[in-house]
Amino acid sequence: MAKQAVNKTYAEINARIKSGEVVVVTAEEMIDIVDQEGAEGAARQVDVVTTGTFAPMCSSGAFINFGHSVPGIKASKVWLNNVAAYGGVAAVDCYIGATELSEDDPLNRVYPGEFAYGGGHVIQELVAGKDVHLVAKGYGTDCYPNKLVQKAINIATLPSALLVNPRNAYQNYNCAVNYTKKTIYTYMGTLKPKGGNANYCSAGQLSPLFNDPYYKTIGLGTRIFLGGGVGYVTWPGTQHKPSVERTERGVPIYPSGTLMVMGDMKQMDPTWLVGVGLQGYGVSLSVGLGIPIPILNAEMATYTAVKDEELFTHVVDYGTDYPQGRSRHYGVVSYAQLKSGSITVEGQEIQTVPLSSVVRAREIANILKAWIEAGDFLLGEPQFTLPGPE
Amino acid sequence: MYSKILILRFPKTEVQKPIVCHLARDFDLMFNILNATILPRKEGIMVLELSGAKKDFKAGVRYLKSQGVAVQNASQEVERDEAVCTHCGACTAVCPTGALAVQRPEMAVDFNQQRCSVCELCVTACPPRAIKIKPIRQIFFE
Repeated sequence: MAKQAVNKTYAEINARIKSGEVVVVTAEEMIDIVDQEGAEGAARQVDVVTTGTFAPMCSSGAFINFGHSVPGIKASKVWLNNVAAYGGVAAVDCYIGATELSEDDPLNRVYPGEFAYGGGHVIQELVAGKDVHLVAKGYGTDCYPNKLVQKAINIATLPSALLVNPRNAYQNYNCAVNYTKKTIYTYMGTLKPKGGNANYCSAGQLSPLFNDPYYKTIGLGTRIFLGGGVGYVTWPGTQHKPSVERTERGVPIYPSGTLMVMGDMKQMDPTWLVGVGLQGYGVSLSVGLGIPIPILNAEMATYTAVKDEELFTHVVDYGTDYPQGRSRHYGVVSYAQLKSGSITVEGQEIQTVPLSSVVRAREIANILKAWIEAGDFLLGEPQFTLPGPE
Repeated sequence: MYSKILILRFPKTEVQKPIVCHLARDFDLMFNILNATILPRKEGIMVLELSGAKKDFKAGVRYLKSQGVAVQNASQEVERDEAVCTHCGACTAVCPTGALAVQRPEMAVDFNQQRCSVCELCVTACPPRAIKIKPIRQIFFE
């Protein structure tokens, strides 16, 4: 008699986490397990697969409430370490965006600009427990007469500091090349002329949304690793675009799904929120993010066993096509090819350069695995899952 | 095999002469020119990696000096702060000598000081700015 198909619930997996019986593996480890045991066997054996990614994620930022001073101020313009934060929220709240630059940054006036400090760096310093200099200007009201406040703020004493990232963890991204005659400096890194290098930015087989391509377990309330602490998926990210061409395994071969995530910065760690400068382009924040994927059934086991060989993206010219908004591409490459160190595009061998840290992604998947095994981290069952393809 | 990166300064009067080629022909040395600005009637500067037997190396450097070329060790080196590096790999796009390279299959970024030509391109190409230039002769700066 055939065994009954595996069909677990979140509650059953959480009960196993609490009792210490849970079996957790990383997305890389799952590949061999499904290979040996088959999807049904792997689903019977494994409860949770952990994923991870660590890369610059520009659509990130933080809501900071810096508390009232005496006399009170309705802060309409706010700066943190001379980086402008948006002050048009209530009286002593602001939003510091990762890509906002220091007020006196020379930008690209001496090309390519260095872009040494900005919102991403402010966020990292706050999380590291360093004092940050706040300047707030107001126009003065009867209830909030003060027009200028300057003070040091520290995450330990802030009333609240919330990381709220409108678009993180892109499910796939372009592979960038440059077919012009001069070096260009992009958000995809430095691209040498005449196809000198090909830059890509994904953790591939470890990347969260590659392991649940149709978002069957990810949505509002999914508990995640975010910036070294615990965070949540709250919404599909901006530019979430599920209806793109996919492989037979359901994996998109163009940039597709995205996540909006948030979490309390007070329990995060500067190792996993790193301010970065992208030469000639601007500043950003490298975010560490990992999602535990419940193996509810054989289907989820199959999804989480996806390999770099089965993940593909397009080669796009950032010299002319991308800036001009042309949809032309120079072929499809797999992440196995990209990770090998070189790809062949139109007969030319091109060195590949990663921008997403696989070392850090693997570390995140392992940390998340340890948290779950220790019983500290329960799975969050989503209230609704992210919209899939139409 | 002895190998060093040297900075050579050619006086205005000497830039016309094919001095460097003698290093190979007469002293059995290999050279790899890492950077050069040699213009007529101006002081020239060249950064080159010179390799060979130590005896030949010394004789070659003596020859250079006899020709009026000022020879200096590349007095700076590149240092990577391991605590800051996230092993993303962005630096490998610009490194001309392969000193910064991705190790496979781990995908960690390895830095081989021996291969570094101190071109400094990685300093600003590194997103978290983990790479610094530091003087080799600390004594002058301490």
